[in-house]
Amino acid sequence: MSKIQYFKKGVKDGIPIFLGYLAVSFTFGIAAKNAGLSALEAVLMSATNLTSAGQFAALDIVAGALSYVEMAFTQLIINLRYCLMSSALSQKISQKMPFWHRFIMSFGVTDEIFGLSVNVKGKISPFYSYGIMSVAIPGWTFGTLLGIISGSLLPARVISALSVALYGMFIAVIIPPSRKSKIIAGIVIISMTLSFAFTKLPLLKEISSGFRIIILTIVIAGVAAYLFPVKDTENKGESEV
Amino acid sequence: MSGNVLIYIAVMAGVTYFIRMIPLTLIKKEITNQYIKSFLYYVPFVTLAVMTFPDIIEGTASIWSGMAGFIVAVLMAFFGRSMFQVSIAACVVVFITELFIC
Repeated sequence: MSKIQYFKKGVKDGIPIFLGYLAVSFTFGIAAKNAGLSALEAVLMSATNLTSAGQFAALDIVAGALSYVEMAFTQLIINLRYCLMSSALSQKISQKMPFWHRFIMSFGVTDEIFGLSVNVKGKISPFYSYGIMSVAIPGWTFGTLLGIISGSLLPARVISALSVALYGMFIAVIIPPSRKSKIIAGIVIISMTLSFAFTKLPLLKEISSGFRIIILTIVIAGVAAYLFPVKDTENKGESEV
Repeated sequence: MSGNVLIYIAVMAGVTYFIRMIPLTLIKKEITNQYIKSFLYYVPFVTLAVMTFPDIIEGTASIWSGMAGFIVAVLMAFFGRSMFQVSIAACVVVFITELFIC
């Protein structure tokens, strides 16, 4: 495929992200207004950060006037999962690709864009990433603006329904490979079960969602890699993910 | 206050970008260690599964509408529907369910 075709495919695949981001950032816009941010500040935060949990946490820090160091540390902890995602993504980038693409692609490592990127068979084209980013970033930024200027523009029902768009996308990434591989199916079921337990059990439920993702990812993927090492032949060129 | 907010934004944007950029630019070669390779192979499945559940039933107005959306999405994905179809179907199911129960 040509660069333009990859870009177009990215735009098309990115539409669920656009819808989901619109809904989530809409609620972020409302929260930002309550925290005392101006429309410009909220939009600037969304455009430069492109991260949901980190931004919601930032509102508390800004409202509470905590220190910049606390802000930096909180973002580091909450967003550390991106580090794992970038590491996984690094294996899908061709060594022949001009290096500067990596700097731009880095900006687009979000839970959702990562979900789409790992779904690509073999190596990923940077133009595919740019296609996704070109709809995802405006969705996130525009939704923030809508939320802050008019919290009552979209009915609550619509926001509630749109909020599952992103999860539907994740499900579409993890379920088909689960059908083909019992190991992956087992990993998905265990992950969801433990994740549920982490949000309900005493003590464990005190852990933030960012940390829950990091802990479970390291433990479950770590154990799975030990018990079921992926054979080279399975993973060459066309990987399942 | 206004100046402070801009510094907060700059700090968080900087930290978040570095977390994303460091692994992507430092890991240039294909990893050959089988354990790390296998680990990174499994990472997306775990991460996406953990992010999906139970969050999908907590963001909606009722856990039952979220649950209905979740089940429909899993079934459609299982039977090979595209990402877009799965995603939209989940939204529609949540919307319709909430018309009845909320």
